[in-house]
Amino acid sequence: MRTLFYILQKEFTQIFRNKSMLPIIFVMPLVQMLILVFAATNELKQVDLALVDYDHSASSRNLIHEISGNPFFKVVTGLNNSQEAEDLLMRNKVNIALVIPKEFDKELTTLKRTEVQVLVDAINGNAAQLSLAYLSNVIGAYSQKVLIKPIKPEFRQAKTIEIKSTYWYNPELNYKFYMAPGILVVLITVVGMLLGGMNLVREKELGTIEQINVTPIKKWQFIAGKLLPFLIIGLFDLAFGLLLAKLAFNIPLRGSLLLLFSLAAVYLILVLSWGLFISTISDTQQQATFVSFFSLIVFILMSGLFTPVESMPQWAQNLDFINPLFYFVKIMRSVLLKGSNFIDIVNEFAALSAFAISMFSLAIFRYRKTS
Amino acid sequence: MINKEPVITVKNMVKKFGTFVANDNLNFEVYKGEIFGFIGANGAGKTTAIRILCGLSTPTSGEMNVAGYDIYHQTEKIKKNIGYMSQKFSLYEDLTIAENIRFFGGVYGMKITERKARTEEMLERLDLMAFKNRKIGDLPLGWKQKLAFSIAILHNPKIVFLDEPTGGVDPITRRQFWNLIYEAVQKGITVFVTTHYMDEAEYCDRVSIMSEGQIVALDTPENLKKQYNAINMDEVFLKIAR
Repeated sequence: MRTLFYILQKEFTQIFRNKSMLPIIFVMPLVQMLILVFAATNELKQVDLALVDYDHSASSRNLIHEISGNPFFKVVTGLNNSQEAEDLLMRNKVNIALVIPKEFDKELTTLKRTEVQVLVDAINGNAAQLSLAYLSNVIGAYSQKVLIKPIKPEFRQAKTIEIKSTYWYNPELNYKFYMAPGILVVLITVVGMLLGGMNLVREKELGTIEQINVTPIKKWQFIAGKLLPFLIIGLFDLAFGLLLAKLAFNIPLRGSLLLLFSLAAVYLILVLSWGLFISTISDTQQQATFVSFFSLIVFILMSGLFTPVESMPQWAQNLDFINPLFYFVKIMRSVLLKGSNFIDIVNEFAALSAFAISMFSLAIFRYRKTS
Repeated sequence: MINKEPVITVKNMVKKFGTFVANDNLNFEVYKGEIFGFIGANGAGKTTAIRILCGLSTPTSGEMNVAGYDIYHQTEKIKKNIGYMSQKFSLYEDLTIAENIRFFGGVYGMKITERKARTEEMLERLDLMAFKNRKIGDLPLGWKQKLAFSIAILHNPKIVFLDEPTGGVDPITRRQFWNLIYEAVQKGITVFVTTHYMDEAEYCDRVSIMSEGQIVALDTPENLKKQYNAINMDEVFLKIAR
């Protein structure tokens, strides 16, 4: 125990003497919270729409009026033909184009039915579907208005099942509430995976690890000495990040913070051990960075942070069984937003603990005092 | 002067890296309290042998005993009883002299009072008291080497291994360094040193000359000079190497 104390004392002295350390600890959470949370959004705020009106009638003008009046659409008018609209789509000037054909007004009044053409830039399928749905809604509402007007009000009521929905946990569908806890996971994962591992490989590069290896320091003591300081820094960054998220977005903190931080500690032990394991098999900081970065990207993209895990193929979902981020993103969101208690997330906790213990043991096992 | 009590026994030490044989069947003993020199050109296998004896590298085969412990099964016990100074300077450059001493003294389990007393004594001896709170990285190489040696023997080991400890320092500092070695021997520490400076070979009680992974000669400098009819170790080495 006394040996561990001396190792920790040395590590902390070195960490805080390193001039780039304080900026890393404070700037990373600031950037991630205040920039990434805004950037990582699937919300569509505004869509650029090109309008081609071949009809120039009262009806077409009314429809255009409806669309322009909707703040969701930024309408580009004054186009002469659909070719011009297609050009705008091609040059990414607009996301969607609406073409009103010549006989629009006539057909609408005589036949009671007509057609318009909608062209959607579908490179981003999600956004395309969403903007088409919005536009269909506006056009649908307009057609209801024109077509049903003459009928007596008592017949207007459509006899359908009405859905009364309430959104739970995030009633205003605030995307930042959803993203901020996830981004916080990325933050402490980066701290855990890179800082600890880099620190160990640096001793290899400098040759000081030789001097450690001829001392009676035990393998677990050395690994624990590399792990604990960054565990504390990681937890500190989590607290700092949460504070920022609270101040900047007023994200709800519904669950117990004690529970959250205890789980974060288990999670950090896991990712730190993973990083340390990588550095025991690397000789240079480049090698270690590359491998850590690679695993980080795989873990993040598969974690359900940006895209729902449920939409991945089954085999990929099965792989998430060994993805630490998958569990912790879930834990963060449920504890913060739903106020889940320990029982609600006991499975995730069990998985993380089991992996943390195995990974820590593996890092110790793989660290060799003798080559 | 030497009571021939072996503190290091090496029998048939072999170390291979793939097909390359770095240590080809080495046999020798190092006696308690002596300065044992390992002399040889670069690449002769000196560092490989010293790393095996310190437990940093596993031998391919052979029987070795260091400070009374078996090299295969009692490595950690060996580590408590030896000091090591590597070719590559390896104190923490971003820590001060005092912090380095505190760390290494601490991990060897020295008592705080003992560590403080020995630190004081050591810094007085090296005339570095005033620089105690300077970072090691800011010191000249010669000072660093003397400090590295002093820290390697801080915990009073039975044996200290020095791997080319005076590489790259000026002749005066080398002389001072050897004075430190003699003082360590006075305290009963056995010194195992590798070097390729032949004048340093003269300072050893016994030297073994290595060439291409083998020990080609092992005796006191006087006997070797007599045997090869040479005026100094330099000549002995050149005659053997030829």
